[in-house]
Amino acid sequence: MLEIKNLHVSVEGQEILKGIDLKIKPGELHAVMGPNGSGKSTFSQVLAGRDTYEITGGKVLYGGRNLLELSPEERSLEGVFLSFQYPVVIPGVNNTYFLQAAVNAQRKYRGEEEIDAVDFLALIKEKIKLVQLDESFLHRPVNEGFSGGEKKRNEILQMLTLEPKLAILDETDSGLDIDALKIVAEGIDSFRSPERSFLVITHYQRILNYIEPDRVHVLLDGRIVRSGGPDLAHELEQKGYGWIQYDNSAPGNGADA
Amino acid sequence: MITVHLVTARMPSGPQTMPSTATTVDQYHAQFERLIGGDLSSQPEDLLQLRYAAMDRFEQLGFPTTQQEEWRGTSVDSIARTDFQLLDDSDLADQPPETFCLDDELVGSQVVLVNGRFAPHLTALEELPAGVVIQGLADVLAAEPGLVLPHLGRVADFDEQAFVALNTAFLMDGIFIHVPESLHAQRPIHVIHLSAIGEMPGQSHPRTLVVAAANSRLTVVEHYAGNGTGPAFTNAVTEIVSQKSAGVDYVRVQREPENTTHIATIQTHQEADSRVALHTFTTSGGLVRNDVNATLRGPGAEVLMNGLYLVRDHQHVDNHTRIDHVAPHCTSNENYKGILDGHGRAIFNGRIVVHPDAQKTNAVQSNRNLMLSDQALVNTNPQLEIYADDVKCAHGSTVGQIDEETLFYFRTRGIDRDTAQNLLVDGFAREIIRQIAAESVRISVQNLVSDWLTDGHIASGPDRDKLGVSITDHE
Repeated sequence: MLEIKNLHVSVEGQEILKGIDLKIKPGELHAVMGPNGSGKSTFSQVLAGRDTYEITGGKVLYGGRNLLELSPEERSLEGVFLSFQYPVVIPGVNNTYFLQAAVNAQRKYRGEEEIDAVDFLALIKEKIKLVQLDESFLHRPVNEGFSGGEKKRNEILQMLTLEPKLAILDETDSGLDIDALKIVAEGIDSFRSPERSFLVITHYQRILNYIEPDRVHVLLDGRIVRSGGPDLAHELEQKGYGWIQYDNSAPGNGADA
Repeated sequence: MITVHLVTARMPSGPQTMPSTATTVDQYHAQFERLIGGDLSSQPEDLLQLRYAAMDRFEQLGFPTTQQEEWRGTSVDSIARTDFQLLDDSDLADQPPETFCLDDELVGSQVVLVNGRFAPHLTALEELPAGVVIQGLADVLAAEPGLVLPHLGRVADFDEQAFVALNTAFLMDGIFIHVPESLHAQRPIHVIHLSAIGEMPGQSHPRTLVVAAANSRLTVVEHYAGNGTGPAFTNAVTEIVSQKSAGVDYVRVQREPENTTHIATIQTHQEADSRVALHTFTTSGGLVRNDVNATLRGPGAEVLMNGLYLVRDHQHVDNHTRIDHVAPHCTSNENYKGILDGHGRAIFNGRIVVHPDAQKTNAVQSNRNLMLSDQALVNTNPQLEIYADDVKCAHGSTVGQIDEETLFYFRTRGIDRDTAQNLLVDGFAREIIRQIAAESVRISVQNLVSDWLTDGHIASGPDRDKLGVSITDHE
C-alpha cells in the first residue's frame, strides 16, 4: 500500500525529516508516536502533498506509484485521506455542499455519474449518525463555530464519506474529551478492512486503547528510532519519550521487517 | 479562509484634478434653460422653484474634484470633460416589453423607466392592492401633487451634494411608489431603469421616491441596466421615506455596461420604530460611485445597510455610506464586502455619526475585502463620529486573500484549485446575499453573482507580497 524509503524533508533549509523508512501493507494500521517537534505533522502534510516543504531525498510509493509526483487533489482522488490536526474553517461554504463537491470530484475522476443534492443528503444523513453529530452541522459553514471535538468528528465524517484506501490521521485524538475520543476511535475502528490502511499519528497512547495498531513507530528528531508491536505504545505511556532518547543502544532503524 | 489584518485605513492622496471649468457647468446651464423653457406647465410651482434652486446650487458647487475630502479617490473629470446629451425615450416607443425583461420571474411586477422617463408601454403590473400607487412622477405631479411634494427633494439634500443638485435640476419624471398605512405589499416591486443611448455620449437622471406609510411593508428592487454603445452617464437619486413602524426592503442592482459612469445617491428618512434594509450590489460599470445614506430620525428606528461590489478589469467602484443617528435607541448594522480581481479598484468610506441626543445607539459597521489579483487595489476607511456618551459602536475593516492552507484543505478532499476558489468566493458573497428577505430577489441576485464568477477569468494564486493594498493608520 505505502512504502517510504529514506525520506528527507526540509523547511527553509532546515532538515525536519532525516531519513524515514516505513512500509504499510493493505489492512494494516500503523501508529507513529512522538513528542512535539519530532516531525509528526510535517510527515503527514508531506504525504498529503503540502508544497511548503522541500523533499530533499527519498521515495514514497503508493500502490506502486510515485506519490510525490501527484498533486494533493490527485492523491485524494487516488484514495489518500488526511485528517487534519487543525481542520480549516471555511466561512460561507456549507458543510454538505463542500462534501458533495468532494464526492462529485471523486465520481468524475472515476468516470461515474455525479450524485445529486437529494441523494447526497440522504447518504450524508446516514454517515453523520456514525460520528454522533447533530444534522444541523450539515447546514453550517465548514467547521465554523465547531468545538475542537466537533471539528475532529467532522474530519472522520469526511473520511467515512470519501472512503479512502489510505487514511492518515494527524493527532485526531488531541483536544478530545473521553466521550469524543471514544466516538472518533469507534468511527475509525468500524472503518477498518483488509483493503484499507491507516497511519495514525499521535502524541499519546490513549487512542490506541480503542484501535489496536499492527505496528508502532517512535519518531524522534526526524527519525524513526524504534518500531515494535502494540506493547511499545504501552511502554512509552509508562516511561515517556525520555526513555528512548537516552537509550543509545536502541537501533535507529524504523523499517518494517 | 482569509488572511485578516484588522485595520482602519484612510486613502492616500490620489492624483489631483483641476476644478471643473466654468464652460462645462455653462453647458449644463444651457441644457437646463432649454429644458425648463419647454413644456413645463404641468409642473407645480413648488417643484419649479426647487429645480431652479438646485440648478443654482449646482452652478455654485460645480463637479466635485479630488481635492475635496469626499472625492479624494474618485475623479469625475471624465464626466466634466464629456459633452453628454440629455436622452429621451423616443427611440424605444415601439419595442415590446419583453425586450427589457431581465428575468421571467419579474413578469407582472415590473416597472420600466427609459432614460429616467416612466415607460408605461413597457411596464407590466398585475392589479395592485387598494391604495398602492406605482406611477410615473410626472403623472402624479400633474394629478395628485400633494402625495409627492411633501417628500420630493426634501429627503435627499442637494446643498452639499453636487450630483443630487444636478439630478434635481433635471427632474422631469421618475417613479413614485406609495404604500398606504398598514398595508403589507406581498410581491416585490421591480423597477428597471434602462439607459438607452445611441453612439453619442448620453446622460440621464433617474429619480425614485418611495413612501411607506405607517405600519406598512414593501420590497423594492431597482435594477440599472443599459444597452447603449456610446459612453453613458447615469446620475440616479432615490429617496426613501419610512414612516412610523414601516418596513422597507430595498435592493439595488447595478449592471450597466462598461462604458457607463454611474453616480447614485440613496437617502432614507426614517421615523420611529421603522426598519429599512438597503442592499447595494454592483457587478459592472466602468466608474461607479454609490452614496448610500440613512437618517434615523425617530427613536427605535433601525437600518440594515449591506453592500457587495464585484470589481474586475479596470473598473472603479466607490461606496460612500453615511448613517446619521439623530434619535436615541436606534440601531444600525452595516456590512459591505468587496471581491476584487484584475486591475479593479474599490473604495469603501463608511461614516457613522452619532448625534448628541442619540443615546443608547447601537451601531456596527464592517467592511471586508477579498483580493483575487495582485494588481487590484482597495482603500477602506470606516469612520465613527460620536457626540453622545451612552452608545455601543464597533467598526472594522479587513483586506485579505484566499489563503493557501484553505486551498490545500479543499485539494486534500479532491477539489481542484479553481473549483475551490470559486466555492470560496461564492461563499464570501453569499453572506451578504442571504440577508435579502424576499426569496425570489435573493435567487435572482445569487444568479447574477454566479454569472459574474463564471464569466470571470479569476486570477489564480494571488501573490502574498505584491497585493495592491494601500493602508495607513487611521488618524
